[in-house]
Amino acid sequence: MLFKRREFLQVGSLATASLFLPKFLKAFEAPAFVPPGNKVLVVLQLGGGNDGLNTVVPVRNDIYYRSRPKLALAREKTIALTDEAGLHPALPSFADAYHNGNMVLLNGVGYPNPERSHFRSMDIWHSGSHSHQYINTGWVGRYLDAQCNGCARPTQALEFDDTLSLALKGEQMNGLALRDPRSLAGTTNEKFFRDVTQQHIDHHGHEQPADYLYKTLSSTLSGAEYIYKNSKLRGTQASYPNTALGKRFRIIGSLVLSDIDTKVYYVSLSGFDTHINQEVTHARALKEVNDAVDAFLKDMKANGRFDDVLLMTFSEFGRRVAQNASAGTDHGAANNMFLFGGGLKQKGMLNPMSDLTDLDNGDLKYQLDFKQVYATVLKKWLGTDDKAVLGEQFSHLKFI
Amino acid sequence: MATQQQKNQHLLWRTGFGPAAGQLARLGSSTPDALYREIRSQSAAEPAYIDVMDDYLRMVYIDMKAPGQPKFVLDAAAKKKMLLSNKAGIQKINLNWIAEMVNSPAQLREKMALFWHGHFATRVYNVYFQQLLLHSTRKHALGSFRTLLHEVSKSAAMLNFLNAQSNRKASPNENFAREVMELFTLGRGNYTERDIKEAARAFTGWGANFKGEFQMRPQYHDDGPKTVFGKTANYTGEQVLDLLLEQKATARYITGKIYRYLVSETPDTTRINALADRFYANDYHIGKLLDDIFTADWFYADKYIGARIKSPIDLIAGMQRILPMTFQDRGILLDLQRILGQILFSPPNVAGWPGGRTWIDSASLMARMRLPRMITERDVLDLKPKGDDDLGGGVAGATIFAKGKVRALDKDKSQIAVAIDWKDFQKHFEKVPRTELVPALAGALLQTPMQVPPSLLDSYTDASSRESFIRTTAIQLMCLPEYQLC
Repeated sequence: MLFKRREFLQVGSLATASLFLPKFLKAFEAPAFVPPGNKVLVVLQLGGGNDGLNTVVPVRNDIYYRSRPKLALAREKTIALTDEAGLHPALPSFADAYHNGNMVLLNGVGYPNPERSHFRSMDIWHSGSHSHQYINTGWVGRYLDAQCNGCARPTQALEFDDTLSLALKGEQMNGLALRDPRSLAGTTNEKFFRDVTQQHIDHHGHEQPADYLYKTLSSTLSGAEYIYKNSKLRGTQASYPNTALGKRFRIIGSLVLSDIDTKVYYVSLSGFDTHINQEVTHARALKEVNDAVDAFLKDMKANGRFDDVLLMTFSEFGRRVAQNASAGTDHGAANNMFLFGGGLKQKGMLNPMSDLTDLDNGDLKYQLDFKQVYATVLKKWLGTDDKAVLGEQFSHLKFI
Repeated sequence: MATQQQKNQHLLWRTGFGPAAGQLARLGSSTPDALYREIRSQSAAEPAYIDVMDDYLRMVYIDMKAPGQPKFVLDAAAKKKMLLSNKAGIQKINLNWIAEMVNSPAQLREKMALFWHGHFATRVYNVYFQQLLLHSTRKHALGSFRTLLHEVSKSAAMLNFLNAQSNRKASPNENFAREVMELFTLGRGNYTERDIKEAARAFTGWGANFKGEFQMRPQYHDDGPKTVFGKTANYTGEQVLDLLLEQKATARYITGKIYRYLVSETPDTTRINALADRFYANDYHIGKLLDDIFTADWFYADKYIGARIKSPIDLIAGMQRILPMTFQDRGILLDLQRILGQILFSPPNVAGWPGGRTWIDSASLMARMRLPRMITERDVLDLKPKGDDDLGGGVAGATIFAKGKVRALDKDKSQIAVAIDWKDFQKHFEKVPRTELVPALAGALLQTPMQVPPSLLDSYTDASSRESFIRTTAIQLMCLPEYQLC
C-alpha cells in the first residue's frame, strides 16, 4: 500500500515507453500498413448450445409443433423469412438483414458423430477437428501461423475477454485476449511488465527457456498499446446497447473504423444452455444478440465499411427436437449458422431446413460440415490456404 | 555448473511441487542422491483414500436408497439433489487433492498421480466414480503400469466416459478401443483401424454399475475369434490390454510422455529408448523407471534445470509450499485454475492437457505475473474466467463453474482473502547479509538465472525494514517470467 504513490509517479507514458521496444518488435515501429478495404471477420460464439429450432422456426412443420407443445413458437409470433421459416420474435434485425440481402442462413450445420458434451463439442468447433481427433490448436490460431510466420503481431486476432479461447491459439502464434483496450493502459501492472521487457538482458542468440515468456510478454504489451492507440483514434460515435455484448461490439466497431491491422475479432456470449424454462431465457439472450449485431451492422454501414465486414455466428450444437419435462430442451446436434455483411455473393437461406422426419436418435442430422464454412471463410474472405489451416481440403460454399 | 542447492531444488520441482519453506535450510548440504532416497521413501506408503461424498450420495450410490425410502427412486427431485451434491463433491475433491500436493510428504506420488490424472483423462459428473479413479491413479502412481492400465480401463469413470455401456456385441462402440491404443498405450501409428475394430469386440459387455463396480455382461460380449496385431484368438478385454503391453511401442510411448513431464519438452530419442527398454524389461514398473531418471547424472545437466514451464497446478501448489498460506475460502483455488487454464477433473478432452508452451498466452502469462501480488494485497483480482456449461445438466446452480463468478474475495477490495505464514521462509534468510539477500532469494525462488537486472525490483520493493524487504522482494521475484519455469 505504501508504494502506490511512488509507483504512480513512475508510470511512464505509453509514448515514451515505445522508444525502448525490443528489436524483435520493430515491426510495430513502422506505420502499420492496412490495405484499404481490409477485410475483417467477426466470430460470435453463442455458448451453451443455441436452440436452432426456436431461432429459425419451421412454421409449417407439424412434427415441430407436436414435439414441443409448450415451447413451439406459433407462426404468427415469428417474423416471416419464407413461407416455411420464421425467425424468433427477438430477432427483428436479423429479419431485416435477411430481407435486405445482407444475411446468409445455413441450416443443419454440424459434423459426423456429433458430441453432446458442451466442452468436447466446443473443443471440436474451436480446433476445427473431426470428432475422433484431438488437436490442441485452434482454427484462427493456425490461420495466424499460416498468415504471419515468425512475425510478432498478435493483434491480427483479438478476443475481448480475460482468457484466450482455444480457437485463437496456434502452433507458433496466438491471438491476443484483453478485456478491453484500456484494461492495461496506465496501470501498475503495465509499468512492471514494461520494466521487465525493457530491461530484459539479451543473450545474443543463446536461446534461454525464459525467452519464449519474454517474447510473449513483449508482444502482448506492444499489441495492447497498438490497440489502445487505435481504439482512441476514431472511436465510434454510434450508439450501442449497454450490454456485455453491446460493449464488446462497440470496441470492435471502433477498431474496424480505426484501420487497425486486425483480421479476426472473437466474442462470445454464454447462456444458451436452456434446459429449464427456456422461453424467457432464450428470448433474453437472443435479444442481446439482436441488438448488439444491429448496432454494429448499422455502424459499419454508416461508415462505409459494411462490405469489408463478415460477421459469423455459431454454437457448439443445437438442441433436441423434442422439448424436455422442464419446459426446456436438451443437447442436440446440427444447428444453423448466420453470416452477415455487405460483401456476400449469395443471400438468404442457402439450403433446405432440416428434415424432421429423418432424425438421428431425436436429433437433427447435419447437412453441412462446419469445416466447409471455415474453409470458405479462410479461402475466400481471409485469402489464406484453407487446406494448410484445416489439414485437409473441404469443399467450398459459394456465399463469398 | 549448477550448485548443490539448485540441483536439489531441480529434483524437488520434478519429483513434486517444489521446495517447502521448511526444506530450504538443508538444500545446500544434502546430496541429490540422499534427497532422492528420502523422497522415494516418503512416497512408499499406500495413500489414504480421498472420500468427499456427502451422506446423500453415499446412500444413493452405495446403499442404493434415499433416506427414509425403501428403495431409491430416480425422480426429478432426486436427480437435482444428486447434481448439486456431485457439484459440491467435485469441487471438494479438487481442493482436497491440491491440499495433498501442497502438504503431503509423498510429493513424488502426488506428482505422478497428476501425470496419470492427465494421461487417463476423464470428465464424468459423478464424484464417486471420480474419487474411485483418483484412488487408483494415486495408489498405483509409482507401481505397475500394467495394474494401473487394467484398473483404470475397468473403472466406472472411464467406462462411462468412453461409452462402454453402448459397446455391445450387436453394435460395437470403438471409442474405448481407439483411445486405449492412441492415447493410453501405443500412441498413433502403431496400430491399424482393423486392430481397433477387433479390439472393440473384445471389450464388448464391459460396464459398471451404480456402485462403481465393474460388470461383465456376458449377454453383450462377443466371444468369437478376433485378430489383433496379427494374432487370432477368442480374446477377452483383459487379454487385449495385455497384448497392448506386449508391444514395445507402449513402453516407448509411456516413457516418452513421462520424460516430457519430468525432464524436458524436447525429446531425446536415444535416451528415451534406453529408458523404455528397461521399463519394458522391468514389466512396466513405474518406480524403477523414475529411479533410472532421477539417479542419472544427465538429469542434473544445466540444460534441464529451469527448462520446463510450470503447469497451473505446479504454480498454484508450488506457491503454497514455499509460502504456506491459509485462504479464507479455498474456493479461490478453483477460480485460479479456471483463469490459468487447468482445472483438475476437467481436462480439455480425453487427450489430457497438452502442456508446455500451450500453458502460455497473452492473458494467462499476465495473470501468472500478477498472482503473487494479488495474494499480498498489492493487486486486485479483477479477472473473470470463462464459464463452463458442461456437467451441470442444466439444473440451476449445478454447473460447476458459472461464467464470470469469482468467489473467495474480500468483496470490498476485490482482494484475495489469504494469510501467508512467512515464519519459515524468513528464518532461512535470517543470517544472509543485506547485500546478498536478492541473489539468495532469487536462488531459492527461481530455477533459471534472472534475465533482468536486480535493480529493476527496487521500485517495487519496500526497504523500510529487513522483514518487509525480504517479503516484497520474494513476491516481486515470483512475478517475473523466470518464476514460471521449473
